[in-house]
Amino acid sequence: MNFHAIRAIYLFEMARTWRTLLQSIVSPVISTSLYFVVFGAAIGSRIPEIDGVSYGAFIVPGLIMLSLLTQSISNASFGIYFPKFVGTIYEILSAPVSFLEITIAYVGAAATKSVILGTIILATAALFVDLTILHPFWMILFLVLTAVTFSLFGFIIGIWADGFEKLQLVPLLIVTPLTFLGGSFYSISMLPPFWQNVTLFNPVLYLVSGFRWSFYGAADVSVGVSLGMTLAFLALCLGVVAWIFHTGYRLKT
Amino acid sequence: MQPVISVSNLSKTYASGFQALKNIDLEIRRGEIFALLGPNGAGKTTLIGIICGIVNPTEGTVLADGYDIIADYRHARSQIGLVPQELTTDAFETVWATVSFSRGLFGKRRDPAHVERVLRDLSLWDKKDSKIMTLSGGMKRRVMIAKALSHEPRILFLDEPTAGVDVELRRDMWNVVRSLRDTGVTIILTTHYIEEAEEMADRIGVIHQGELILVEDKVELMRKLGKKRLTLQLQYPLAAIPENLRSYGMELAEDGQELVYTYDTQGERTGITTLLQDLSAAGIRFKDIQTNQSSLEEIFVSLVRERP
Repeated sequence: MNFHAIRAIYLFEMARTWRTLLQSIVSPVISTSLYFVVFGAAIGSRIPEIDGVSYGAFIVPGLIMLSLLTQSISNASFGIYFPKFVGTIYEILSAPVSFLEITIAYVGAAATKSVILGTIILATAALFVDLTILHPFWMILFLVLTAVTFSLFGFIIGIWADGFEKLQLVPLLIVTPLTFLGGSFYSISMLPPFWQNVTLFNPVLYLVSGFRWSFYGAADVSVGVSLGMTLAFLALCLGVVAWIFHTGYRLKT
Repeated sequence: MQPVISVSNLSKTYASGFQALKNIDLEIRRGEIFALLGPNGAGKTTLIGIICGIVNPTEGTVLADGYDIIADYRHARSQIGLVPQELTTDAFETVWATVSFSRGLFGKRRDPAHVERVLRDLSLWDKKDSKIMTLSGGMKRRVMIAKALSHEPRILFLDEPTAGVDVELRRDMWNVVRSLRDTGVTIILTTHYIEEAEEMADRIGVIHQGELILVEDKVELMRKLGKKRLTLQLQYPLAAIPENLRSYGMELAEDGQELVYTYDTQGERTGITTLLQDLSAAGIRFKDIQTNQSSLEEIFVSLVRERP
């Protein structure tokens, strides 16, 4: 294992985070705070409790997930896309590092940022609403697993993308709608039966549901299923990354 | 002695069907400066790319320091430093950070003293805290060399190291390369400047349309090519070279309008005086005389042109 290389890439990526602090940490925190003000305080006070939880508190896990997914994808995809774009990828390809080490470093850095971000948002939320976390261990597990899984997903997008437009395409057209429609802001029991069943095909539902369960003990689907689906998506992403490095897809000619 | 790089039967066909390399066999000797010459698109960068792990070979094997570049890529690559042709740098990083990063990437423990030495050798020390985007093109080129040297490679690839670099900086670069060679580093460089190869290289390889058409010792090559040609434009065309002038080994050119005499500049006697006397005695008159030296460039051009 080339630990020096993992460390070098990881620190390089983290340095990029501190350099772009406004963009990578401050801006998602501000936008999430706005959600709390509007949905939590202003509108939320007129919405009845869901599963015994005030609406303002109910949306906290969903909002954290929303930021976690979009930021994990954007951090990781940009992290690997940028060297491809400017050409500095030559150095990584010519270095004595394995695909596993490259992935651990890039995905690790992106996931670290997401976890930091999620924690900050959680702390911010605590300023606006009363939070309870019934299962802190599970909460952290879901937070980390989701950050890692979607950083991997972002890593794949970053390798696949051959232009800035494609880099934005998947987060904008797929991930954001899936997050909004995956029960971030509502319980799927509020939907008509047909749409409840349709929502079961949305992978984000399982993430949000499991995460919310760790806070309030109530969920749309059982926590075991949530965990299973998250792990399945993680395994799928790992498989794709392994294939990419095996074939050199979009990296080597 | 075991070659430091050993390429056998290497071929590369890109997905587009373009065959960039055709059955290349090449051995690079330990500690030499090897210059790879060839026109644009000849396959120089592809060859370097394969050895360094950036391009997948279609066929064939490459050993770097005895290690297979694919099966044993960790050992192979940790011996190699690469300075690519394009100036690709992390614009927002400082010189110090980017060179230290390269060292870590190649699996070496942090060593500020070594990084400092590399930066000083390349006259980059006073720029160590500058962001790369604030540097000039020549300085960026040095940064890329510093990155490639950060992990103390034994083999260094320089792909067009002096392209777009001014004369003074080019001389500096040559000195850096020479002093590296003195420490035992093997250097493989590609270049457009024949002058550069002439000045630097121990051996020269010429690649054309994906084929290695010549690998030769520079001194040997220059000796062969270090010849001068005397061209005599004749007043009246000759059908054949007269019998008594055959010993000069001249050639008849331009439909008998020109006589071409090739002689060795290194030789003590060029034979020109007696040739001119003999020509005059044979009644051959000429209207003009021209001499030219075959430079490496000319040899190179003729080598490449001879091929379809």
